Amino acid sequence: MTPGARLVQVDGLVKHFPGARALLGLGRARRPVRAVDGVSFAIESGQTLGLVGESGCGKSTVGRSILRLIEPDAGRVTLDGVEVLALGPRELRALRRRMQIVFQDPYGSLNPRMTVYQTLAEPLAIHRLAAGPEVERRVRSLLEEVGLDPAFARAYPHELSGGQRQRVGIARALSVEPQFLVLDEPVSALDVSVQAQVLNLLAELQRKRRLTYLFIAHDLAVVKHIADHVAVMYLGKIVERASAAALYGAPRHPYTTSLLSAVPVPDPTAQRQRIVLQGDVPSPAAPPPGCPFHPRCPHPKKNDRCRTEPPALREVAPGQLAACHFAEEPM
Amino acid sequence: MTEPLLRVRDLKTYFVTEQGSGTARAVDGVSLDLFPGETLGLVGESGCGKTVTSLSILRLIPEPPGHIRPGSFIEFEGRNLLTLAPKELRAIRGNRIAMVFQEPMTSLNPVFTVGDQIAEAAIVHQGLSRNAARARAVEMLTLVGIPDPQERVDHYPHQMSGGMRQRVMIAMALVCHPKLLIADEPTTALDVTIQAQILELLDRLQRELGMAVMLITHDLGVVAGTADRVVVMYAGQVVEQAPTTTLFARPLHPYTEGLLASVPRLDTRVSQVRGRLHSIPGQVPAATAWPTGCRFHPRCPYAWDRCASEEPPLLDAPGGEAGAHTVRCWLLTEPQRRERRA
Ligand SMILES: Nc1ncnc2c1ncn2[C@@H]1O[C@H](COP(=O)(O)OP(=O)(O)OP(=O)(O)O)[C@@H](O)[C@H]1O
Ligand SMILES: Nc1ncnc2c1ncn2[C@@H]1O[C@H](COP(=O)(O)OP(=O)(O)OP(=O)(O)O)[C@@H](O)[C@H]1O
Ligand code: SF4
Ligand SMILES: [Mg+2]
Ligand SMILES: [Mg+2]
Repeated sequence: MTPGARLVQVDGLVKHFPGARALLGLGRARRPVRAVDGVSFAIESGQTLGLVGESGCGKSTVGRSILRLIEPDAGRVTLDGVEVLALGPRELRALRRRMQIVFQDPYGSLNPRMTVYQTLAEPLAIHRLAAGPEVERRVRSLLEEVGLDPAFARAYPHELSGGQRQRVGIARALSVEPQFLVLDEPVSALDVSVQAQVLNLLAELQRKRRLTYLFIAHDLAVVKHIADHVAVMYLGKIVERASAAALYGAPRHPYTTSLLSAVPVPDPTAQRQRIVLQGDVPSPAAPPPGCPFHPRCPHPKKNDRCRTEPPALREVAPGQLAACHFAEEPM
Repeated sequence: MTEPLLRVRDLKTYFVTEQGSGTARAVDGVSLDLFPGETLGLVGESGCGKTVTSLSILRLIPEPPGHIRPGSFIEFEGRNLLTLAPKELRAIRGNRIAMVFQEPMTSLNPVFTVGDQIAEAAIVHQGLSRNAARARAVEMLTLVGIPDPQERVDHYPHQMSGGMRQRVMIAMALVCHPKLLIADEPTTALDVTIQAQILELLDRLQRELGMAVMLITHDLGVVAGTADRVVVMYAGQVVEQAPTTTLFARPLHPYTEGLLASVPRLDTRVSQVRGRLHSIPGQVPAATAWPTGCRFHPRCPYAWDRCASEEPPLLDAPGGEAGAHTVRCWLLTEPQRRERRA
């Protein structure tokens, strides 16, 4: 496929989870959780889109819906022109070879009773990609590619450190030679030093294999090191989307500005004006009316319109979309 | 000069591991001082001994498999904590010294209301009546910024968000107005927005209550914004100790230098950050098998033969007062080796 072409396209993605019913069926059923509420974006081949937001805003649900690890309620997803949501089970299995996921928790995402060798050989067998001595050769080269000594093939997950387990998770995703990877908080559970090693590895693999990434994170500083474009989510919706340079250089949504200002800077002499957002994220089962961010919004011009009228996600600068009534006059 | 509130000398806490893989020397000769009203940052990678150090101070090390070695010394307000009788120790723990743990969900009891849990400490340590303790609980919830404290006091932990539970943990720790608060990764499990709230809260409470704080974290960004002084640990030892501004302006231990360089930063331009992040090669060795000589030498870009054979002591950085900035690295005796590499 030609470089610069859109490999992944997501339009109007919706996923609502049924609300928990009151105990013993007494009382009213709770309102549904609007985990993802009309999310759209595209990722060009060989590029990385960073998807950022606070816990519970729907990032993982977006990633899982695209791969159909959960079934979205509405919307359109295409991978290299193939309508992902229209596929039957057999075609879907074939497509899974082309798109894979790496999970946040390097502890929970590997089978504790399988050696590293078995973990990496399994997808090769399922997708009939190798047999006989070829399996061993492939496993060895995958381990080398993610920077692990081939001697680790005999190890069980509990014998590995967090960073090593995350490398095995990446190797397993790569074993089927995908084009597209959803990286769901792949470094959030790691120490800074190991985090840097894994980020470097991901960048190198992307270059070598021309991979396309959806990189999910809650840390805007981490995303800055890997993303070409960034989408910021709040309560199931994208509130700002732009190139990394525009988003970090000139954020248009007050939520993006607040997130940026909350990241601790490793410089004790830095004089920063910190915006500390008040309160927690509201429940996605009962998002506030108007602009969903209005109860926490620090924008000095916030007014009644914010409390009643939902702002549209619109282009406010070339290639930069934001959903704030005052996006044209940022903070 | 003021006397330290807490004085730790040559603390050694070892664990006898199962399967006979040897003794884990989790904390291996740590010395540090904490002054009244000061915030001390304790930083280092996972497994370097931060939590074991703090649990040793409170004498909460499970014995067996753990034990604090003879020769270790921990003095708080002039008293040696390691020789105190259990009863005297209980009077200090939760009262004069309080602790906030990393995982709020595992340290709050799910079957009691948060009000009961906060009140408990006031009843035990200060002999308050149930009614007075409940009023104190409401007061503490107000202090840590929980909205509707009158109502929230009767809620159970699962009815609160992660950030609110962490506030409750802090309220519980502060109920007896401790002189020292030990906070073990109090914000690691939280979003940056909630982390900013909690750090701001700790900062305000420290000023209002005049307590000292030991802030344990692996995030140098958190330390930069809050600590007065920083102790960097590696492989069970202190490898560098300095006032915060000095440490960030002039890190002298190669490990501190590497840690600082690996932090993903926001204060650089996108065009500059794309590309390789600095990373320290390799990983922290197991506590049962610390390397010989300088424990950092297998991962150190400057190491030479002396580093592999001889363990460096804590040395004073040149140009400062004795003890103000100390570094466990042989480079301090041969500074030209650093320049040669740079
Ligand atoms: N299987 C499910 N059933 C019901 N609700 C769910 C389910 N999965 C997720 N949710 C809810 O949907 C919302 C979005 O969850 P999601 O896991 O996508 O968030 P996230 O942005 O990935 O958060 P985090 O940073 O914590 O991983 C949350 O309110 C969550 O509680
Ligand atoms: N109960 C125990 N039995 C055996 N070894 C232990 C025990 N508790 C801790 N250790 C070991 O002591 C070392 C130091 O652990 P500690 O929990 O203090 O690290 P830490 O610096 O707090 O790390 P983290 O950032 O992961 O919390 C580790 O190697 C750990 O495996
Ligand atoms: S003593 Fe040697 S190995 Fe250790 S940190 Fe200094 S230069 Fe590196
Ligand atoms: Mg998630
Ligand atoms: Mg710890």
